[in-house]
Amino acid sequence: MAKQISDETYAAKSKIKMTTGDKVLNGFFYLFITLFSIACLIPFILVVSSSLTQEQTLNQYGYSLWPREFSLDAYRLVTVSSDIPQAYLVTIFITMFGTLLSMLFTCAVAYAMSVKNFKSRSALALFIYFTMLFNGGLVANYLLMTKTLMLQNTIWVLIFPAICNAWNILLMRNFFNGIPDSLAESAKIDGANDIIILFKIILPISLPGIATIGLFYALSYWNEWYKCLLYIDSNHGQYYTLQYLIQRILRQVNYAASQPAEAVGLNSVSLPTYAYRMATIVVSTGPIILLYPFLQKYFVQGLTVGSVKG
Amino acid sequence: MKSATKQSKKKKGGFLAGLAYDIKHNPYLCLLCLPAILWFCIFAYSPLVYLLTAFKKYQPTQGLWGSEWVGLKNFQAFFGSDAFFRVTFNTIFLNALFIVTSMVVSIFIAIALSEVGNKMFKKITQSVVILPHFISWTVIALLCEALLKTQNGFINNFLTSIGLEKINFYQDAGVWPALLVFLRIWQGAGYGSIVYLATIAGLDQEMFEAARVDGATRGQCIRYLTLPLLKTTAIMLFIMNIGKIFNGDFGMIYNLVGTNSMLYRTTDVIDTYVYRMLVESTNIGQSAAVSFYQSVMGFVIVMATNALTRKLDPDSALF
Repeated sequence: MAKQISDETYAAKSKIKMTTGDKVLNGFFYLFITLFSIACLIPFILVVSSSLTQEQTLNQYGYSLWPREFSLDAYRLVTVSSDIPQAYLVTIFITMFGTLLSMLFTCAVAYAMSVKNFKSRSALALFIYFTMLFNGGLVANYLLMTKTLMLQNTIWVLIFPAICNAWNILLMRNFFNGIPDSLAESAKIDGANDIIILFKIILPISLPGIATIGLFYALSYWNEWYKCLLYIDSNHGQYYTLQYLIQRILRQVNYAASQPAEAVGLNSVSLPTYAYRMATIVVSTGPIILLYPFLQKYFVQGLTVGSVKG
Repeated sequence: MKSATKQSKKKKGGFLAGLAYDIKHNPYLCLLCLPAILWFCIFAYSPLVYLLTAFKKYQPTQGLWGSEWVGLKNFQAFFGSDAFFRVTFNTIFLNALFIVTSMVVSIFIAIALSEVGNKMFKKITQSVVILPHFISWTVIALLCEALLKTQNGFINNFLTSIGLEKINFYQDAGVWPALLVFLRIWQGAGYGSIVYLATIAGLDQEMFEAARVDGATRGQCIRYLTLPLLKTTAIMLFIMNIGKIFNGDFGMIYNLVGTNSMLYRTTDVIDTYVYRMLVESTNIGQSAAVSFYQSVMGFVIVMATNALTRKLDPDSALF
């Protein structure tokens, strides 16, 4: 269903002449889309440009779309700090390892739920779906993590609670439902068991689905900050994820900027300044934004499959 | 989902029989389910035990079972406080604003994108409007600060330059609902338009051609064909969002407002309130009560909207 998205709608191919009213409407749509696109782009340009601007210029003139006084100082500062490479490592680790675990758990259970003669499939779907409707909420989860499982201040707290996502499992099942049963059945007659069928036959032909759901999982790991906020204290800063580190850096500046510099015992050079913050943003969000155009079609796929009822 | 609930209602004893059948005939499938089932038991169902905290005077040293049972005291304290009305109202009000405005703008963007003829223009803009969805609220908060701050902020510099009064955005709670709605549209409406755009692209284009041949204007095509045909998708997404109306957007509020208590009047939602109680106060029992209240209300709302939809328009019901 996603393939239709780039297809032309009637607007593009219609040969029928447009009336004046049509032209006005068309012009209005063009104008609206253009303005909205500009509004969406400006912040990105502001961030990049101010990360390349000298600090004093920023203080004096504020943000501008083009750097007034070009400077790479902020990036030099970013590269000497050891926090960001460490946060990158943590984030890459939880994204890769987490997504792998997530996909194993998700594909396994979703495949079982898609097999027609698996009698417990509807009960299982209800078991999973119910967690989307009712959950323990923040406090119950917090107590579970910190009192029963004792996962606080470990890297696992960033991975384990996020392995399964009910919605993604149901989406994956929808993908598997589209595969004809005859494939698995013929393999079964040849003596293969369900696990072999899943890995040898079903998964290789489900790559678009795997890519889509894998992307959803990967992004949620990549953007993780909430669990850091809740479960990782400042003595265990080595487990901070990128997104959370950005937050810390931004907040530190808010704090430092509201006090005279000497009162917090920092000289003005070591203060993470505006340009520094912007450079942090570029360094930490840049890669995913650059990757994004290549991933877009998978998003579209996932979202449109999601709008089909399970 | 429909089949799930129906079947489990139809044959309650059938579940065990089915399970026995599966263990005998589909052992490998059972094995495949096991990791996920265990995960859900541990991370989704076992926290439910901790809901009991809401009825206790929770002492970390005594644990859940050792703490004193206080009945509904925690709930009474919450329902009796000013915070109860404030956070409930803010959560529902802000979410309702977000749902309605984002939906309208998303549909509008989708229609506009589907109406523009130039392929290249469409492709590029479509990618661009989705971009803001991928910046985190932290970054948005920083940009906001640059725009809104009283000293040297972009907007206040502009206001003074045309001779108007400055607005103290970070002290004026009244402007924040509008600001949050604006930011939400900016951040999410483009992404939200994907589903509608896909629905429009999937519509029968010959129908539009026929309407055009019969002399319908483009405006009439939108009014009488596109919009009615988007109804099902819109209703379904609407219901899904209503179901989440009791869940405040913690990431957004926490990053934009932080601990600026001057803005709590209009921006404090249940999620931020519970978080603050959990980390700032020692009264875990009471924060658990608020959290419990949120979970239950969320569940009730989902059930109610679904029941209502099933009555009005059975095809749009979620389950």
